[in-house]
Amino acid sequence: MATRTLDLRVIAGRAVLDGTSHVGRLSYFVLEMVRGLSEVRIWWPRMLEEAWNIGVGSLFIVLLISAFAGAVTALQTGYQFTGSIPYYVVGTLVVSSIILELGPVLTALILAGRIGARYAAELGTMRVTEQIDALESLGRSPASHLVIPRVVAGFLMIPALTIFANLSGVVAGWLSVKAVLPVTNADFIYGAQYYYRTFDAYYSVIKAFFFAGAITVISCYMGFNTQQGAEGVGKSTTTAVVTSSVLILVLDTVLTRLLLNQH
Amino acid sequence: MIELRDVRKRFGKQVVLDGVNFTVQDGETVALLGPSGTGKSVLLKHIIGLIKPDSGTIIVDGKDVSHLKRKELAEFRQTIGYVFQNGALFDSMDVLENVRLGIVDEDKYEDMDYVRGRVAECIRLVNLPADVVEKYPAQLSGGMRKRVGIARAIAGSPKYLLYDEPTSGLDPVNADIIDSLVQRLAQELHVTSVMVTHDVRGAFRVADRLALLSDGKIVMQGTPKEFLASDNPKVREFLERDFDNPQFAA
Repeated sequence: MATRTLDLRVIAGRAVLDGTSHVGRLSYFVLEMVRGLSEVRIWWPRMLEEAWNIGVGSLFIVLLISAFAGAVTALQTGYQFTGSIPYYVVGTLVVSSIILELGPVLTALILAGRIGARYAAELGTMRVTEQIDALESLGRSPASHLVIPRVVAGFLMIPALTIFANLSGVVAGWLSVKAVLPVTNADFIYGAQYYYRTFDAYYSVIKAFFFAGAITVISCYMGFNTQQGAEGVGKSTTTAVVTSSVLILVLDTVLTRLLLNQH
Repeated sequence: MIELRDVRKRFGKQVVLDGVNFTVQDGETVALLGPSGTGKSVLLKHIIGLIKPDSGTIIVDGKDVSHLKRKELAEFRQTIGYVFQNGALFDSMDVLENVRLGIVDEDKYEDMDYVRGRVAECIRLVNLPADVVEKYPAQLSGGMRKRVGIARAIAGSPKYLLYDEPTSGLDPVNADIIDSLVQRLAQELHVTSVMVTHDVRGAFRVADRLALLSDGKIVMQGTPKEFLASDNPKVREFLERDFDNPQFAA
């Protein structure tokens, strides 16, 4: 029993030390990024390239998945509908579900896998092959050459992709609900507008900004601190995707509590 | 001048450098010898400030490297060219862009006419064909990648050149080419060079002085002749495998 207690203490102690160490290193990492922001000439062209890569490269999968999400939401709404509920409510349900939750969260989770894994693997490989050390040895800042372009591109493109995802989900939901319920276009539009507030669209984009931070900063940080060769790159990539996905869900809860309860 | 005074470094429980004292005079080429895993590369990374010592002092050009501020460290690094063991070339960039990164003056870095001229000059200095600038690192052989790494290191006209195992993994012919290159660059560019290697034969060909790192300490520093005459058991043990090698004797 004594040994077990001791082991638990050791495990807890290590967890606290590791956690504290990560907080310290992540803070320093963010500080380096903030310092590097002044080197616009370095990061701006690389950021445009990254933004194009992740924006155009992710558009199809984002549209596809949000379209399916919108369609399924509409079909399930149709399944649960009874004659006592007016049909226009389906427009409200589909639009609200997509804009408030499914659009930003699904997009973020897809991009955590697609962009987060890519960033962590790229930077991790650069770390273990000494490319990051090489940049530092040349007196150049890895933050402005490697990290800021990726993070800023994420902050620009993830909210933009979320807007496209919202549109795709709503359109797919609209088309799908017409297949299962006798809802007219006028009914759907009336319902969509009835409970809609302009803030809902802002809320969706605000969430996407926070999710963009979670995906890009965590993935770059994990990749940047990769150790021990190919195995380390794999570990960093997995940790980046898992951590940013969990953080997206935590942020989703916190932001819902903070932002929606105020309106 | 590079001077390390009582430098100590440990990673976890492993002591890598245990009170290293090491000096390189201006204009010298010094080969740092030692078996694999003795901390030679770690020592080299201390000189450029990529690793900070647990204790001790590293003075380069009168500057205490481990106490330089961020901006001072970046400026200091521009006076040093570092050649990484495996080249550490950026695989997403072609050779032109890789070597361009070595140009430290930002105005010159942005001037593409200057960049093309300077990159071509550096590529010529390392004996590579001019058309290599359009290739990507994956399209180059190991020896060519090392030479591109050297071209990148000299692009900013550094005062010091640090080579981390420049001949490791190369066949004897390519290793000879790199050794000759190190020697020629030292003479033509008047740089102070430190070459980490476990290739005794190459070190004797290239270096003005040698230093042997063993068990975290510099066991001996001296000229090749002094090394050959030494009766220090660690020096003898390290050199003996090559004394019997006919190539070395030649």
